[in-house]
Amino acid sequence: MKDKVKISIFRKDPATGEEGHFVDYEVPVKEGMVVLDAVTYISENVDTTLAVRWNCKAARCGSCAAEINNRPALMCKTRIDLLGDNIKVAPMAAFPLVKDLVTDVSENFEIDRKIPAFAPKEGLESPWIIQQMDVERTKEFRTCIECFLCMDVCHVVREHKKDYVGPRHVIKAASLDMHPMDTLDRSKYLNKEGGLGFCNITKCCQEVCPEHIRITDNAIIQEKERAVDNYYDPIAMLLKKLSKKSE
Amino acid sequence: MEDYSVVESDILIIGAGGAGMRAALAALSNSSSVVMVTKSVLGKAHTVMAEGGIAASVGNVDSKDNWQVHFSDTMVEGVYLSNWRMAEILAKEAPERVFELERFGAVFDRTKEGKIMQRAFGGHTYRRLCHVGDKTGLEIIRTLEDQIIHKNVKVMDEIYITKLFKSNGSFSGAIGLSMRDGKFYLFKAKALIISTGGAGRVYKITSNSWESTGDGLGLAYRIGVELQDMEMIQFHPTGMVYPPGVAGLLVTEGVRGEGGILTNTKGERFMLRYSPEKKELDARDVVARSIYYEIQAGRGTEHGGVYLDISHKGAAFIKSKLPGMYMQFKEFAGVDITKEKMEVGPTVHYQMGGIRVDAETGATNISGVFSAGEVASGLHGANRLGGNSLADILVFGKRTGEAASAYVKSAKIKAPSEAEVKQAIKEVKSFISPNKKNAKNPNLLIEQLRENMSSHVGIIRNEQDLQKALSLIEDIKSQLKDVGVSGTLVYNKGLLACLELGNMLIASEAIVRSAIMRKESRGAHTRSDYPKKSKEWLKNIICKIGSDGNMSLSTIPLKEMPEELKKLVKPEVYE
Repeated sequence: MKDKVKISIFRKDPATGEEGHFVDYEVPVKEGMVVLDAVTYISENVDTTLAVRWNCKAARCGSCAAEINNRPALMCKTRIDLLGDNIKVAPMAAFPLVKDLVTDVSENFEIDRKIPAFAPKEGLESPWIIQQMDVERTKEFRTCIECFLCMDVCHVVREHKKDYVGPRHVIKAASLDMHPMDTLDRSKYLNKEGGLGFCNITKCCQEVCPEHIRITDNAIIQEKERAVDNYYDPIAMLLKKLSKKSE
Repeated sequence: MEDYSVVESDILIIGAGGAGMRAALAALSNSSSVVMVTKSVLGKAHTVMAEGGIAASVGNVDSKDNWQVHFSDTMVEGVYLSNWRMAEILAKEAPERVFELERFGAVFDRTKEGKIMQRAFGGHTYRRLCHVGDKTGLEIIRTLEDQIIHKNVKVMDEIYITKLFKSNGSFSGAIGLSMRDGKFYLFKAKALIISTGGAGRVYKITSNSWESTGDGLGLAYRIGVELQDMEMIQFHPTGMVYPPGVAGLLVTEGVRGEGGILTNTKGERFMLRYSPEKKELDARDVVARSIYYEIQAGRGTEHGGVYLDISHKGAAFIKSKLPGMYMQFKEFAGVDITKEKMEVGPTVHYQMGGIRVDAETGATNISGVFSAGEVASGLHGANRLGGNSLADILVFGKRTGEAASAYVKSAKIKAPSEAEVKQAIKEVKSFISPNKKNAKNPNLLIEQLRENMSSHVGIIRNEQDLQKALSLIEDIKSQLKDVGVSGTLVYNKGLLACLELGNMLIASEAIVRSAIMRKESRGAHTRSDYPKKSKEWLKNIICKIGSDGNMSLSTIPLKEMPEELKKLVKPEVYE
């Protein structure tokens, strides 16, 4: 094991109007060290003005999302010894920059606000009876730690942000749609206002998910299909029309 | 140009973890306007780290369970120091808070009958912890966050409150720095709820996240709020010990709850010696001390831990019941816990002490100031039972939100004077001093403080070490005026470290002074020079700022338990 590792970190303070650039640092190596260790070493000992956001350092909170060697990842979960000699750390490019490695992710809460909230069936007697099998269907989506790496990697979000809610929020909608006691169908919202049609299933989002949620396979495709079944299936459309007529 | 913007509401809540969010919902449904500020991004609070479950005697798995047993477990394992009224409220109200959380949308694991699943945990007589795999805290945060987002709570995240104000003896406002834009905000409110969590980060080896720097303790203390039982620091028996980068990271008690076994390097299941009946599932203070003794006796691993093994349960079981642990060990340590043993050792996990509050309402001794969650104290006595903190934040979060709402109905909005606000802003700016000669890096002092606390105020304490710790704290305190950083007010972590250091010093001083005062061993507080429990010490130690600005300590005897509750708890035994 080497004693020291070189790491390049993106620095930019938008207030100064200066161009962003990478600055090289050398950091002493410890066994089992992760990228966040190196970055906090710098921010605590070398340059206290380096802006970095982190909380739990246990891959549970999703605060320290960044682009490590051009790949969206959690800094706390990326081991230095697996990266080789050239380590480059940059902020997520899909969100407005606050400073250095910190971005403003608050727009995600605005999107969440638009997704119809959990709406349980009325008149249910509490406590509820739910089968574990039904819990399992929604469980995967509920492990999302809101790191927003899936948003960062999504080329649709990067290039047409306003048109598509993005993978995180499809997961959110799916977690509610598949809640055993929920009564709504959010696929209509996702496919109209949510712009889910823009997603062309490149599966990048599920590749970077630190919780290994199968975002595309289990949420995006399901929500797309549900919308097709409900609103575009010619037979279903015909049946709907007929049943309306007979009423 | 104005130096700051004003934000007004009935209630200001500092801290957006489980307690703060539950309080916000309660305040809203009692038609108060609410502003909630947090120093992290919304949804990142330390509550997400809670793993094992929430203790509520719903009796789905063991039908004999009821609130009386939960009450008794809490009192006995808290070594009779708990506020009995808080323990009673918790035991009675926890089940309804769990069912309510389910109605808010939380999805718990289920029994075969489709009821909420419960698991065994240390110190609980019955299988009592309602859970979602080993990610119960995340489920709670996400569920409450959903509620908050769709309701009319003004959430302002990444704001660090630097000072509270008081006029004529009651709360009058707070000033905070917004990290994202470097602007100051003056919060005017009729009531304040402090729900800022613990102070675990004053220790070097801790399971606590970056946030837990005792901010609420420091803020409250400086306006005269009383702190109590600060010596009671919980060491969780099982934290990761290797690799060094993740030392202290929590290994959920759920591992032992689901059948995990502790062994030393000789292969002995040593808990059979220390606790033949409850073994691995004795209370946390007992298991943590046992592991400590094993390591001291030279039966620990090369990384200073012992072994924890769950592999006999099989891969499918482990991956479904403990998915977070499986991933944590695989990705951080390269250990496959379905096949290999884990290496674990004690880690600072929770503060039982904190702001002294009224059991019914969460009110403090300062009018208009309320508190709930880990930063508040009373419920857990000398040792907290696993799962009781998640119950705590919901039960007392709700009660505190309601009480604060009732209070604001007859309270008037006050405000600090312009001069006070300007002075508070000046104090913050004074830490940014590029020209200050020999300005000290706050992070180096923080590191010294954390080293000091871990080596002198650990699981086993003594007068000499505690005095050493105290003089080091005094020394760091005297250097606080010399700390400084460069940069601006925008996302300056160095500046934040300067501000946090002040709060960390108050928390540490209170811990150490209280630990020196309590001359007995009770629960989490073990003194090698006073190894026995003493009836004389059945009292709370109070820390309060004196008129000279120094910390003053006093004691208050516990209130006598009413007869009907006494009947439920086996009497305390002294040697």
